[in-house]
Amino acid sequence: MRKTNALALAALGTALAMGLAACGGTAGGGGDKNTGTGNTGTGTSAAKHNDGYTKVVNASDAKGGTLKFAYSDEPDSMDPGNTYYAFNWNFTRLYARPLLTYSAEPGEAGLKLVPDLAEGLGEASEDGKTWTYKLKKGIKYDDGTEVKAADVKYAIARSNFSAELTDGPKYFAEYLDAGDYKGPYKDKNLDNFKGIETPDDYTIVFKLKAPFSEFDFLVANPQSAPVPQAKDTGLEYEKTVASTGPYKIESYEVGKQFNLVKNEHWDPATDTTRKQLPDRIEVQMKQSAEDIDQRLLAGQIHVDLGGTGLQTAARAKIVGDPKLKDSTDNPYTPFNRYAMMSTKVAPFDNIECRKAVQYATDQVATQAPWGGPLGGDIGSTLMTPTTVGYQQFDLFPNGADNKGDVAKAKEALTACGKADGFETNIAVRGDRTKEVQVAEALQASLDKVGIKASIKKYPSGDWSAQYAGKPDFVHKNNLGIMIAGWGADWPSGFGFLSQIVDGRFIKASGNYNMMELNDPAVNELLDKGIQTTDAAERNKIWAEVDKKVMESAAFLPFVYEKTLLFRPESLTNVYVHPAYGMYDYTWLGVKQ
Amino acid sequence: MVAFIVRRVIAAVLMLVIVSVATFAIFFLIPRALGQTPEGMASRYVGRDATPEAIQGAVKRLHLDDPLIVQYGRFAKGIVAGQDYSLGPRKAECPAPCFGFSFNNNQPVWPTLLDRLPATVSLALGAAITWVVAGVSIGVVSALKRGTAVDRAAMTVALAGVSLPIYFTGLVSLSLFAYTLGIFPGGGSYTAFTEDPVMWFQALVLPWITLAFLYAALYARLTRAGMLETMGEDYIRTARAKGLKERTVVTKHALRATLTPILTIFGLDLGLLLGGAVLTESTFSIPGIGKLVIDAIRGNDLPVVLGVTLFAAFFIVLANLIVDVLYAVVDPRVRLS
Repeated sequence: MRKTNALALAALGTALAMGLAACGGTAGGGGDKNTGTGNTGTGTSAAKHNDGYTKVVNASDAKGGTLKFAYSDEPDSMDPGNTYYAFNWNFTRLYARPLLTYSAEPGEAGLKLVPDLAEGLGEASEDGKTWTYKLKKGIKYDDGTEVKAADVKYAIARSNFSAELTDGPKYFAEYLDAGDYKGPYKDKNLDNFKGIETPDDYTIVFKLKAPFSEFDFLVANPQSAPVPQAKDTGLEYEKTVASTGPYKIESYEVGKQFNLVKNEHWDPATDTTRKQLPDRIEVQMKQSAEDIDQRLLAGQIHVDLGGTGLQTAARAKIVGDPKLKDSTDNPYTPFNRYAMMSTKVAPFDNIECRKAVQYATDQVATQAPWGGPLGGDIGSTLMTPTTVGYQQFDLFPNGADNKGDVAKAKEALTACGKADGFETNIAVRGDRTKEVQVAEALQASLDKVGIKASIKKYPSGDWSAQYAGKPDFVHKNNLGIMIAGWGADWPSGFGFLSQIVDGRFIKASGNYNMMELNDPAVNELLDKGIQTTDAAERNKIWAEVDKKVMESAAFLPFVYEKTLLFRPESLTNVYVHPAYGMYDYTWLGVKQ
Repeated sequence: MVAFIVRRVIAAVLMLVIVSVATFAIFFLIPRALGQTPEGMASRYVGRDATPEAIQGAVKRLHLDDPLIVQYGRFAKGIVAGQDYSLGPRKAECPAPCFGFSFNNNQPVWPTLLDRLPATVSLALGAAITWVVAGVSIGVVSALKRGTAVDRAAMTVALAGVSLPIYFTGLVSLSLFAYTLGIFPGGGSYTAFTEDPVMWFQALVLPWITLAFLYAALYARLTRAGMLETMGEDYIRTARAKGLKERTVVTKHALRATLTPILTIFGLDLGLLLGGAVLTESTFSIPGIGKLVIDAIRGNDLPVVLGVTLFAAFFIVLANLIVDVLYAVVDPRVRLS
């Protein structure tokens, strides 16, 4: 199976390469020509399963109509500075332009950063602690006023240094050399924010505490989208965001309905990654998830905003209908689903006992709860295939069919001094059905080699703060194995690895390095990597970190998660953006 | 009579206070008693990987580190005097009755409840009319045709109606009538009556029928039982002996007597539904009180849960009050007791 995966990945790589060749470079700029050869205007009826993964399906520059999204929940916020939802980092680009963004292309090329508000990528100083960006001139908000460098500075100050906006990440607060700046709501004088300088209206200089070679990835997150200080209404700003993208907010009834209309001040000449095709974009929130699928299949809506794919019932329907399946794509999400073994809980403080679990695990059984191959490929590394720097390897092959190697597991148990097995606990989020099923499958695998595991269920709401993310609790309750998942905030090795493997990030609560692995070699490699400016060299280091952590045998990968997206026939310009693992929302149009 | 009503109103208000204290205790006191810290609670309302500073900020902003009595006092005070809430650059005012602000989306709870009420009222009233008319009619016919195929068929359907969950009948009806036959609009199509009355009606037909199917079944069985009992009474025999038409005997004598207990139950059912038809609203994505509360429970949005609980309790207490008063009007012995 793992060989099959390697072949599948190779095939995917080839397909991506072919797709990219067909795309002929950057697809932006708004023309059919950019989408290449036979893929344009063919309609979804001619498209096949996974076509949207490698090329633009149903390419068209036809304008007009209403693009309809539905979502089963509500996002944390529609404010680009205050959101951490993966789909919102894709969706908010419709009305908020960060300094940089990802190239509008399917396949690996879509992981490349390109200028958005900025004229080019960041220029780093020699010591790597100062990053400078130049703003394009003439970019306007939806009220016609021009975007200024101070607005970018203010946007980052409010999103990272205020007590009120708590939903987004705080990377800028972590990396910028801002002293004890209290944020613009407590200190209205922006000059006191020393982490960013704006020597003129079009230059932004970031001052970092330490060298950080992947800073470009940070400014590609929506928090670098400008906010005019005079228009900031704090937590209410999500209703009136000053738009720089092709659309502007018409109305937002929080938790119900979000409507966008065209922004007449958006200039496509300054924007190589977005289109402005539909007249309106409507988002219905808090809709029944099962009903969203039915409406998608019936063509009543166009996209499930969450981008997490079809529910079980609709998947079953699609798997049994080849025609329907041709209208689906099965991309990787940024998530790896795995278990971590605590190196501080006996007997997992002995690497051989950890290896026994690695070899004993039936990975086909632990793949099944995710939906089998459609739900994800069996994993063998920390980084996922869509992470820049990913390298495929397998340190613990557990049988040709991936169903566990009992003999090797027993050898490892003997080496661990537990030839007859041992008892341990598997911690899992009890309200996450799939994860509970994974725990049960793992329990059954381990039972075959004499490891008796009890499943302990904890509520997901407090999982990180009170249970698996709290080392004291883990030790006291002998939680040897914890079922978890991780998706990077940006698709690089550092983005994926740092929070979950750096020993210096082990926290008393809210800890994601549940292995409690504090390997100086790993920590040093992370430091070295983030200071390495050459991208190829850096990526080699991330692969090395991945291998070192896997050598500890404390990380047990289950699947590189995949999802099943449906593209209705009425949807145009559809492709899976690899940086988001879902359709590129800024490219979509509708047939009328 | 006036003294009776005043007594019942005071009891109703006391009941609401007890409900508010109990709900507050369930969501705030019990977690604390089980070792939950203010930081642990606050961590639910901040983003992933929140820094300790961000969590502390949320603790302060949501007042989670205040003693529980102070938190309850602030909540109770908000209902009668209103309260403020920091939005960052300025404060939002929430005039009385203020049920607080959502922990998840920072919106004031009371306007949200009022915003969701019309959808719930539309659903509840339409369904209530449907199930009363259908349920009572079926029950009467079934009683009059006792033992026949019609009776058996009606009671079988009634049994199915009581047994099948709404999320099953709802999804099946959507799949068939909205997505296959295209007779009705699909889920999420609810539109306010004031915006588009035609769409309002079309979007609610399936939810009305689905919800009414459950209740009509119950009412049909109740009506049938009541009718069978009443039709055996002496005064029915007397009415027939007087030479009255059978239709008059059934509608004016038998049905009238049967309806009294049914109307009592109807009042309570309607009151309960006005507090939110959780399953129906969720299945059809109707933005009503029921959908609001189930989402709030899933998201640990305590102020919204508290607000909806009180809101729903208000309707149930009100319905009870009306029933009590009506009883007193009908039966003077109730007043004395």
